[in-house]
Amino acid sequence: MSGFRFLVNGAPAEVDVSGMRRLLDVLREDLGLTGTKEGCGEGECGACSVLLDGQVVDSCLVPICQVEGRIVRTVEGLSLAARERGDLDTLQEAFLEHGAAQCGICTPGMLMAARAYLDAGGPPDEEAIREAIAGNLCRCTGYTKIVDAIAAVASPVE
Amino acid sequence: MPAEPPIDVPLHLFEAYERLAVRPAPVPIAGGTDIMVRITGELGEIPARMLDLSRVTALKGITLDTGALVLGAATTYTEIRRSALCRAHLPALVEAAATIGAAQIQNRGTLGGNIANASPAGDTLPILLAADARILVGGQRGEREIQASEFFTGYRQTALAADELILHVTFPLPAGREIRFRKVGTRRAQAISKVVLALAWRGGGPSFGWSDVRVALGSVAATPIRAAATEAVLEGARPTPEVADRAAETLAGELVPIDDVRSTAEYRRMVAGRVLHRLLREAGGW
Amino acid sequence: MPSRTVTRPPDAGSATDALVIAPGEVAPGRAAGYPLRREGPAKLTGAAKYTDDLVFPGAWYGATIRSTEPRARLIAIEPDPEADWSKVVIVTAADIPGENVVSAIKDDQPVLVPVGGEIRHHSEPVALLAAADRETLRRLKGRIKLITEPLAPIFDPELSDHVFAAYEIGNGDLQAGFAEAHIVLEGEYRVGHQEQLYIENQAMIAIPGEGGEMAIHGSMQCPYYVHTAMRKALGLDARQARVIQEETGGAFGGKEEYPSIVALHAALLAMKCGRPVRMIYERHEDLAATTKRHPAIIRERTGVTRDGRLVAQDIEVIMDGGAYTTLTPVVLSRGALHAGGPYRCPNVRIRARATRTNTPPNGAFRGFGAPQTQFATETHMNRLAEALAMSPAELRARNVYQLGDTTPTGQVLRESVAAEEVLQRAIARTDFEHVRDATAAEAGKRNGSGHIPSGRLRTTDSRVASGIGLALAWHGAGFTGSGELRIGSVASLELTADGRIQILVAATEMGQGTKTIFPLLVAGELGVPIDWVEFAVQDTAYVPDSGPTVASRTAMVVGGLCIQAARRLKAEVEARHPGLPFHEVFREDASSNGPVRIDQQFEAYPGVGFDDTTYRGDAYPAFGWAAAVAIVDVDLDTGEVRVREVTAVDDVGAVIHPIMCEGQVEGGTLQAVGYATIEEIKLQDGRYLNDRLATYLIPTALDAPRIITELVEVPFSGAPHGAKGVGELPMDVAAPAVVAAIHDATGVWITELPATPERIMAALHGPSGPPVEARSDAA
Repeated sequence: MSGFRFLVNGAPAEVDVSGMRRLLDVLREDLGLTGTKEGCGEGECGACSVLLDGQVVDSCLVPICQVEGRIVRTVEGLSLAARERGDLDTLQEAFLEHGAAQCGICTPGMLMAARAYLDAGGPPDEEAIREAIAGNLCRCTGYTKIVDAIAAVASPVE
Repeated sequence: MPAEPPIDVPLHLFEAYERLAVRPAPVPIAGGTDIMVRITGELGEIPARMLDLSRVTALKGITLDTGALVLGAATTYTEIRRSALCRAHLPALVEAAATIGAAQIQNRGTLGGNIANASPAGDTLPILLAADARILVGGQRGEREIQASEFFTGYRQTALAADELILHVTFPLPAGREIRFRKVGTRRAQAISKVVLALAWRGGGPSFGWSDVRVALGSVAATPIRAAATEAVLEGARPTPEVADRAAETLAGELVPIDDVRSTAEYRRMVAGRVLHRLLREAGGW
Repeated sequence: MPSRTVTRPPDAGSATDALVIAPGEVAPGRAAGYPLRREGPAKLTGAAKYTDDLVFPGAWYGATIRSTEPRARLIAIEPDPEADWSKVVIVTAADIPGENVVSAIKDDQPVLVPVGGEIRHHSEPVALLAAADRETLRRLKGRIKLITEPLAPIFDPELSDHVFAAYEIGNGDLQAGFAEAHIVLEGEYRVGHQEQLYIENQAMIAIPGEGGEMAIHGSMQCPYYVHTAMRKALGLDARQARVIQEETGGAFGGKEEYPSIVALHAALLAMKCGRPVRMIYERHEDLAATTKRHPAIIRERTGVTRDGRLVAQDIEVIMDGGAYTTLTPVVLSRGALHAGGPYRCPNVRIRARATRTNTPPNGAFRGFGAPQTQFATETHMNRLAEALAMSPAELRARNVYQLGDTTPTGQVLRESVAAEEVLQRAIARTDFEHVRDATAAEAGKRNGSGHIPSGRLRTTDSRVASGIGLALAWHGAGFTGSGELRIGSVASLELTADGRIQILVAATEMGQGTKTIFPLLVAGELGVPIDWVEFAVQDTAYVPDSGPTVASRTAMVVGGLCIQAARRLKAEVEARHPGLPFHEVFREDASSNGPVRIDQQFEAYPGVGFDDTTYRGDAYPAFGWAAAVAIVDVDLDTGEVRVREVTAVDDVGAVIHPIMCEGQVEGGTLQAVGYATIEEIKLQDGRYLNDRLATYLIPTALDAPRIITELVEVPFSGAPHGAKGVGELPMDVAAPAVVAAIHDATGVWITELPATPERIMAALHGPSGPPVEARSDAA
């Protein structure tokens, strides 16, 4: 056991847990950030997706010892600025408007995969968007509205 | 309810070697995409002790070194996909990396992990076999290089000793060598393969036969394998329709795959032959 | 027939202010704008709390000890004497205070297999364990030994002599029908298990209270099913048992009956340890143990005249019920009632039976028996078209139900028949005949050219073949027969003393939009902004039993009750304030006259009657109609199928919220595409081999086709808003369309779902040839 320190959604966090504790469990149980969901525990469904140093990862596959000194972003921190105003950010708003969230359980992970794609400058290209979210299973929507929502906020290629 | 076995986090290779020298040796973890599934205890035994490799910088990096491409064991699939060196010199590996999981897995999973996990379905492994890759391993007893073709010794068994780590993989880049790759899975992402095939050859102008032919496959045996009889058919030959027919027949004849949850022996044999036939047809331009 | 296609207003839902309905500006029964999903912001920010997100201090963790054999006598349950059991509780059947049954149609399923009792399937619950921490639980879970005596299992539903249910539906004179036929086509079709695969696993938390109370918080479709199950097995009265639905992460039928088991297990542990107990399934357990779509074998013999008129249909349906009855009789019933497809045929016989096997019980899943039988019938129709050398669109056009036609149960279709309309719209939208001509021309070129002939191991010039396929389906709206009358649902609307308007129903939100469309319907009636209408939490302590959230009945039946309640509330309030509209006076009315509560109970749809014993009469008050056109690419080297596009045209009676309605169609369509192509469960000794997400695969975004939805509204007069339900309809139709498209591309009929590359390659290249031999003969 030892303390692990890292940034979560812009704020410092320190947890005194086993190094093999899953980042998912640290977020949900030790830090109370339950927006990140567990769907399978083996990296198949993507419901637990978060950003680790800007890259989308399955938090069920990341031991906390590997997060020491790094930057974690979860759905709760998706739109810190917007949240202070009580709003959604443009991506969340696009999901809401397009009907891209139904039961909502895949939504936090889906948003994080989409965020990584958009932050990397991903274009509003259907096939590229589908590839970017292929690690996130959704059983409600058929994906069409999710793809449309992401495309709506992607910057067109110059 | 995953277990949380104790884990050491060395910063340097020598420290990792020290930890590995203790019996029983800890199980190394890099990207965790395979090993983190094991701590649930639902798939075999939970490791008693773990060793984190993520801080050991010596395992990172992609370099070009006198006619060979050298990839650190901790190179992720995403790094392979984005690497200009890999794209220029080993596009088949880039292609293979792109078929693994999806973004989340590619961002974490490593080449060394794929090799150490030694799944018969490991998507990069046929590339290693087809490219005559050499795997450098090391430990307190020193370093040694193992040919990829000698690395996979049985079902999820390797030539790696418990006190050794995979350090890097060297892909020789002989002039005029071509490698083709094809994965057949159940779906277009996040799928473990039913058949994965890599074909490599050198030379082969209109009037010259192929040399150094390698036909390597995954998911058709207990380990990733090379199809020796099929290679013999193609060695010195040209990719004509007749040769392709013979090679496909030979391949289907020499494979002994199994029925499992993902596919059938029958399908694997047939499709391995057909995929090879297609690659030869494309190479032959007919 | 009045109908219209819904086109979304360009700005609907594009900004938050687009959904404000100005008081008094709303047409009755329908709001002008479309509100955004009410609980959407909470879901999008991670604030929404699903069951596993809830914290109950001091809660223990529960686990289930399950059988590892398909059939055995349970001799004893033996905790390892070497282990320390002092910090855990163990529950066995002996601890059940009430009856050891999971309340369902037939009380044949035990909550836990009792010692001396029979284990009837792999992964059957035998004992329960709870501990304060998960590490202890994990360690001790493996140290409870089940002593058993193996019994011979039965896996083949055709060999099983334990029949859960059997029906025979008939009309006309079958023999005379076949005598009239020019072509008689026989076929056998098989479909396998399908997992609902909600992304949130089964989850329940039980909280014991004072005075024998037990509260359940969980993920479920039907709070009152769980409530009933608790009363029976735990011996609680209606007040002691309390069930609260939390945010539910998908269900699709998988959280219809199974949650009762999870809730009872959590409650039994909570009773024993006197603390809250969390029973949260992991994916592996959820896949291995919970209900699936029923596998089925369907045999069809159909007679058709030379000009494509159906004259005889003889259909046999055998469903595999698994080890216990669950909802099997109703699933079979719906499967049988839809087996003829949306076609007029004067001479029909449908015989259906479901039997018991030693496999985990099968249960509710979107479509509820209809996807199985309609896959068979639609594939059979497409094969008939081929036998007649007729376009599949034309064959359907000649036989689809029209107003006034009679179904196999003798039901006369008096209204709301849109079979031809959805068919024609789908054909026009996709340019079906032209595309089909083009794919036929391509196929001709493939077969005609290619200097290297193809073979088992030999590729051809073309690697990819494209195909287009069509299917049509109907889906009975709401419960079968007299089901709705029997349960007599109640929906309530309350105007509270402080002037709030609150909808009280047990209908749950699980992603489909209940929380948004009910306020929309009520606001539309009352002429108030939607934000003024509250939706009470689904807590059996507060909301009446408005029936289960199943059978595509929520918008149609419960939504209808909400509208009727709103009309009564409006009339009652306005009567006290002559000449003034509700929205101007309701607050003042509430403060001066006190609260008003309207309890609206379901009343029979006029003129609808069904005899459950003879299976004659109006099986459903109305039907929804759907057509699907699929376009696929088949890799001829490997048999891999890529479904590129599906056009879905669905008549749902009335569209309450276009975006959410489209969402239902798109989601159902993709589940059907998965069913058609990759979703498969293999069994070994009664155990599912595909019991992890690494082996049970559903489509990813890369596998999903672009889905084009066209909504059609041919209203049902029995519902105040005309809605007929949408949830299940799309699930019935896309799978046979995909299989038809695979045939169009490759020339082979795949008669067993899923149409895997293995089956396609075997059909194309042998050795066993096509699995079903078609027999065409002229009479």
